[in-house]
Amino acid sequence: MDHGPSTHWGEDLASGYKTRLGLWMFLAYCIVYAGFVVLNSVSPQIMAMAVGRLNLAIVYGFGLIVLALVMALVYNTLTSRAEERYAAMFKGGNADEEGDE
Amino acid sequence: MPYQPSSWAIAIFVFFVGFVLWIAYYYARRTKTAKGYFAAGGNIHWAVNGIAFAGDYLSAASFLGICGMIAAFGYDGFLYSIGYLAGWIVALFVVAEPMKRLGKYTFTDALDSKFNSKGIQFTAALSTLVVSIFYLIPQMVGAGVLVKPLFGMPHHVGVILVGAIVIIIVATAGMASTTYVQFLKGGLLIIFSMTVVIAVLSRGLSTNPDAGGEKPYHKFITIPYSIEGETLALDDPSYTVADDWQSSALYGGADAKARFVTLTKDGEEHVWFLNEKAGILEETLTVTALPNGNKLYNGSPQTEGKFFAVGHMKEILINGKPVEKTGNLDPTAYLSAILNGTVIIWPAAKITDGDNKLTVYYPKAVSGADLLRPGQKFNVGKTAAGNINFISLMLALFLGTAALPHILIRYYTVPSPACARKSTIVAIAAIGFFYVLTLFLGLGAMTSGVMDLTDSNMAAPLLAKSFGVILFAIISAIAFATVLGTVSGLIVAASGAVAHDLINRFFNVKLSDKGKVLAGKLAAIGVGLIAMWLGIKYQGMNVSYLVGWAFAVAASANLPAIVMLLFWPKTTSKGIAASVVVGIVSSVGLILLSPEMYKELYALDPKLAPFPIDSPAIISVPLSFLTLVVVSLFTQKKAAVSVEELEAAEERVAPHETYEELEVAAETEHMELLSLEELIAVIQELRAENAQLRQQLAESKAPDLTE
Repeated sequence: MDHGPSTHWGEDLASGYKTRLGLWMFLAYCIVYAGFVVLNSVSPQIMAMAVGRLNLAIVYGFGLIVLALVMALVYNTLTSRAEERYAAMFKGGNADEEGDE
Repeated sequence: MPYQPSSWAIAIFVFFVGFVLWIAYYYARRTKTAKGYFAAGGNIHWAVNGIAFAGDYLSAASFLGICGMIAAFGYDGFLYSIGYLAGWIVALFVVAEPMKRLGKYTFTDALDSKFNSKGIQFTAALSTLVVSIFYLIPQMVGAGVLVKPLFGMPHHVGVILVGAIVIIIVATAGMASTTYVQFLKGGLLIIFSMTVVIAVLSRGLSTNPDAGGEKPYHKFITIPYSIEGETLALDDPSYTVADDWQSSALYGGADAKARFVTLTKDGEEHVWFLNEKAGILEETLTVTALPNGNKLYNGSPQTEGKFFAVGHMKEILINGKPVEKTGNLDPTAYLSAILNGTVIIWPAAKITDGDNKLTVYYPKAVSGADLLRPGQKFNVGKTAAGNINFISLMLALFLGTAALPHILIRYYTVPSPACARKSTIVAIAAIGFFYVLTLFLGLGAMTSGVMDLTDSNMAAPLLAKSFGVILFAIISAIAFATVLGTVSGLIVAASGAVAHDLINRFFNVKLSDKGKVLAGKLAAIGVGLIAMWLGIKYQGMNVSYLVGWAFAVAASANLPAIVMLLFWPKTTSKGIAASVVVGIVSSVGLILLSPEMYKELYALDPKLAPFPIDSPAIISVPLSFLTLVVVSLFTQKKAAVSVEELEAAEERVAPHETYEELEVAAETEHMELLSLEELIAVIQELRAENAQLRQQLAESKAPDLTE
């Protein structure tokens, strides 16, 4: 059969937790992104508002890029920790840490 | 603008291509298996894969297209950067790990992992091919566009050159060589873009951008005028104006947005912009398409170089005082100086004058505050259609990324789901950083007197040129490599769809491992040849439409299937296949009926278009989701296997401890015991049940982890 992954990494016990965490973080980012898109389209004037030396358009835009990275790092920390805990909880089940740090 | 082929550019380009071919040769000797060919052996380090993601993703559209759009429209171009990056959040939080967990070589594998359905195999492979080919055309056209100015070669030579090199890269070593080429290119692109941005910031802004004294900027002439009755009186008597100036096509009708006048001096005619507010005539740049197909640039053939480069600040205020030059600025000071200043941008007016078709670029002073907020390109905040169009585009960018087949296959090159996740995070960091740079690259090109108005795609390389020919050569070679790398990735994805999904799975042709690699290579050559043909055929077509197509089609055809497969247990194979088909047909169909298509492709009045907006995602994505839900609900199976059957099967498979063993057993025992299909059905049942148990287990344990 051709099904299945190209490599084997043992059981991924934390996958349920990771999926739920991912969904919540995705929803959170979605809201911030949707706010940005709606503001840009409905009221471009608000985006011209001054924020420090810059304006809201630039600060919100850069903010979305930085937020993506920060959330990605938080997600990675939480999921890595979860993988370790599950791996410790079920000795013998090797969590997916191959090729890791 | 004529371009001199630079020997530095050629030398660096040849070196780069040579190195890339060496990588292909090196990995070709190691790539013997299908896993090696389609998934680089599944043992690429996540950090390398992350940068390779950046290499895949930062295609010609990102590097050349976005910088050019920011240079032409300001903040509206940067909105693409934000949308393209936000798409990676979908990839990371929703798609990355399950994709890796479920699939083997291709995105079709993952979609089909629960079903073994012919319908999914065919439709998903088809959507991979459609999206890849739409994405390939702009890359190939981009290759031709780049080669022309950089190396002085005609368009089709560029396309054939890229096609040939890419076929060598892909057909020798598949995903392994592609990955290292992408890694190299992604890394270099980010490093050298940063170098250019540092140079831009240290040079600062100027009202007379002369490339640091290296290249004098065009001296613009203005002529004050007055109108008395039907006479246009000019302050400078050396210019003359025709008597019928008010009835010419250039002057325009009652509702013309901008009016122009032809003035003659020393027997030479030029088009001038009638700036009615300021009471002055201003210089324009014109491209005249003659009936015989030739083009004149500012009234002369292109080689005479009369079509000068433009782009400058009209006014710079530092602490409320006007200055001519700022000198070294930090990033926020740079943006703030533009925000408080006034920039000259160059809108284009298209005018038909007798048999000639003119494009007139005229100067328009725009405040930095207007330029750095949305609205120069997108018609936002005014009409409902404009707003919906913008929202729909941002939706396609957000949802399209995680559904692009050449991005998805990169999840199979790393060893584990955790590595898939980590490589996505590296990709977000690298791509996010690059997109921040695009704002400075674009604004730098806008204000540095380097813009070639006939081709905004050249903004970033031309900006680099203002810092010296070596930086220009490097940036150009990288831009070319950008095309090479992205095309390679797309061809691997398409060859996987043909060789693995269609030949091997859908048509059920049993291939040995070597046979699969051969089929993959032949498919790569075939797709490569098709891409070359399309690249030549679509020469001159605006490439950004096609990238838009690719994103919208990917978001509509693939994403609903991926998301519902992961999160809705009632999803059926027929539901997935139907949603993929509806996604492709509705997105492509709506694009074909859009105003932009009417205007650009069919040369008809855009108001005739039956679908009022250009970006289809806001309709086609929900439609595809809806199709999946409705079809799935109508095609629910009762219990796939009865309790008795399952118990009997469990007894049979109980001695095998792992699924791998079971699969081996299924292969060897099916002749005398169950049929292969039945045993697989049982195994899949068990897998699903086991997954559920694990999910319950995880849920019951989860609170511990949040402490």
